[in-house]
Amino acid sequence: MKKVLEGSMAIAEGVRLAEPHVISAYPITPQTHIVEHLSQMVADGDLKAEFIMVESEHSAASVVLGAGACGVRTYTATAAQGLLYMEEVIYNIAGMRLPVVITVANRAVSAPINIWNDMQDAMAIRDTGAVMLVAENNQEAYDMHLQAFKIAENRDVMLPVVVNVDGFVLTHTFEVVETIDDIEKVRQYLPPINMEYKLDVESPYSFGTLGEPSVYTESRYNLYNAMNYSRNIIIDSAKEFKDMFGRFYGSLTDSYKMDDAQTVIVAMGSVLGTIKDVVDELRESGKKIGVLKIRSFRPFPEEEIVSALKNVKNVIVAEKAICPGKGGILSVEIRDVLYKHKINSVNVNGYTLGLGGRDITPRNIYDLVLRAEKEENVDGEFIGLSQQYL
Amino acid sequence: MLTKEETYNQLFTMGHTGCSGCAQSMAVKLITEVLGKNTIATSATGCLEVFSTRWPESSWKIPWIHSLFENSAAVASGIEAALKITGKKGGITVLAQGGDGGTADIGLQALSGMFERNHDVLYVCYDNGAYMNTGYQRSGLTPFDAYTTTSPSGKESFGNQRPKKYMPEIAMAHRIPYTAVASAGYPLDLQKKVKKAKSIIGAKYLQVDVPCVPGWKYEPKYSVKLAQLAVQTGLYPLFEAEYDKIISVKKISKKVPVAEYLKLQGRFKHLFRDDAGKAEIEKIQKIADENIEHFGLL
Repeated sequence: MKKVLEGSMAIAEGVRLAEPHVISAYPITPQTHIVEHLSQMVADGDLKAEFIMVESEHSAASVVLGAGACGVRTYTATAAQGLLYMEEVIYNIAGMRLPVVITVANRAVSAPINIWNDMQDAMAIRDTGAVMLVAENNQEAYDMHLQAFKIAENRDVMLPVVVNVDGFVLTHTFEVVETIDDIEKVRQYLPPINMEYKLDVESPYSFGTLGEPSVYTESRYNLYNAMNYSRNIIIDSAKEFKDMFGRFYGSLTDSYKMDDAQTVIVAMGSVLGTIKDVVDELRESGKKIGVLKIRSFRPFPEEEIVSALKNVKNVIVAEKAICPGKGGILSVEIRDVLYKHKINSVNVNGYTLGLGGRDITPRNIYDLVLRAEKEENVDGEFIGLSQQYL
Repeated sequence: MLTKEETYNQLFTMGHTGCSGCAQSMAVKLITEVLGKNTIATSATGCLEVFSTRWPESSWKIPWIHSLFENSAAVASGIEAALKITGKKGGITVLAQGGDGGTADIGLQALSGMFERNHDVLYVCYDNGAYMNTGYQRSGLTPFDAYTTTSPSGKESFGNQRPKKYMPEIAMAHRIPYTAVASAGYPLDLQKKVKKAKSIIGAKYLQVDVPCVPGWKYEPKYSVKLAQLAVQTGLYPLFEAEYDKIISVKKISKKVPVAEYLKLQGRFKHLFRDDAGKAEIEKIQKIADENIEHFGLL
C-alpha cells in the first residue's frame, strides 16, 4: 500500500515487519521518532516485543547484546553522540558475533553541539566490525531494514548491521513509501532467527571469554572473514528482495547513467537525489557524467568500485565527513582501491560539504563538476566556507 | 540448609586460575550452588571473568556471558527481556555479577537503570575493595586509609582518604524489593540470603565481602578469618533490607578492635609505624563504632 510516511515512521514500520523480540533505546543524545513509533506499536499490541527504555545508549546496546545472546531478534536506534557512546558495545557485539540491527540517523558530532545531518558519526564506528549500509531515501530505508536482519542473522555472517539514514533529511521528511502488507511473505523472506550458539540453560556456553594472545588474532581474523563474506549475503538479500517485492536499489553499489561516463560523482545517502538531478541536467546538455552510489560502506565494495571507475577520467567524491589530519575518508578509500588495482589514470577529487546540516544545493554539485576537471587529487577540501567565521 | 546434592552441583568448577585463598571464587561457588543450573549469569570485566574463562576453558557449567566492564546489569536486563518474550522466564534466574569497581564506579549507571526498571535480576557485587585484577588500584569501595597503587601511603598520606561508598544504601534508595550484604566468611548466611533473593521477583542487590590475598596483602590462610573479622569489628555490617527498610542484621558475637583486623593486612601496615598511624586507627575504629550503632550490631 502506498502511504505518505515520515522517514522515522517508515523505518519503524520496516522494523515492525521484521518482528524483533527485544528493542532497547535511549531517548536523547539524540534519538529520532523511530523508537517513539515502535514503543507505540508495542503499546497498541501491533508489535509483540519487549521494549526496554534505558538510561543511556551504552545500556541500550548492552541490553540488545544480552538479549541477542539468548538467540532472539534485537533492534536499537541512535545517532551522533549516542552512537559514539555505544561504540564500545558495538565492537563487543561484533566480536561476540551477535546479529543486532542498529539504525543510525546520521548526525554531526559535538563540539560545537549540532543536531543536524552529516556522516561523521558513522565514520567513527567504521572499524567496529559492523556491516554498514546507507539508504538513499525513505523507501530504501524501509526495505533495507528487512534486508539488514537477513544479512545480520546469516549463520556465516553473524555481525551487527548498521543501517545509516540521513538525520532530518530522511528521518524527519515525509515521502511516499510503498509498504509491504503481506506479513507471510515477509516471514518467508526473513525466517525466524536461528542461532547455533546462545545462552541456554539446557546447553550452557560461555560467551565473551578471555582471548589470550594465542587466540585473539584468530578471533579477529574470523570476524574479518565474516565481514568479507557478508558481501555475498548483501548481494543475495538485495536480489531476493527484488524477486519477492519488486524493488531494487543496487547491491553493494548502484550505477546511475554510468555507461559512457567520463566524470562520475560518488556519494552515499540522501545527497544522491540532488546529485542525480544535476546529472540529469548535465546529461541533457551533453555531458558524459554519471553517479556511483555506495550502498555498502562496510564491507567496502572494492571490486564494484574498481570496475565502475577504471575507465573514468574524473571522479568527484562528495563527502559529509572529514578526517582531520588527513582529508577525505571515502575519497581516500576509493583512491586506495584504484591504486591497489594499478589504475593511475583516474583523477579522484574528494570534497567535504554538507557538515552539521548545511544544505548541499544543486549549485554546489555544479561547482564540484567544474572544479574537478581543473583540479587533481583534492583531498577532502571544504566547500562553501563563510570567510567571516574563519 | 542445602541438601548434599545441592552443595555438590559444581556449577562453578575447579581448574580456574584464581589465586590460592581467593574468597571471590568461594563466594561464586556458594552462590551458584544455591541458584542451581537454571541460571544464566553475566560478569563484568574483572578478576572473576579473567580467572574463570581463559578460552577455550571455562569454569562455568551454567550459560555465562561477559561483555564489558560497565554493562553487566544492562546485559542481564536484556537477557531477562529475551526470556520474558520467549516465555522462558519461569524458573530461570538471571544473575548479574561485578566487582566493586564494575559495580559502584563505572557500572553504577547501568546498575541504577536495571534497579529503576526493576528487572527480575539478582545483581551480586563481589567487593574486594579495589581494582584487584589490574594491580590494586583504588575504587569507590576502597576502605579508609587502605594502601592501593593509586592511593598509596607516603610521607604525606595514609592511603585512601575517603570512606567506602555506601553502595547497599544506594541500592536501597532505588526501593528494590531486596538488598543484602553478606560475607565469604559466613557461608551459611550468604547462602540463606541468595536463597531468599532467588525467591523474590524483581531487582535484587547482594554485596559480598571477599578478601583478596594479593590486594590486601595477607597470608592465604587468613581469607575466611579476615572476612569474619571484618564483620566482628563492625567494619562490614551484614544486613538485609526490603525496599528501603532494614529487616535484619547479623549481630556481632564478640566485638573485636579494628586493629586486630588491620594488622593482618599489608595494605594497612603503614598505620602501625608511629603515633600518627595510631591516630588513624582510631579514626577507623570510629567508623566501626558508628556502623555498630547505626545498624544495631551488638
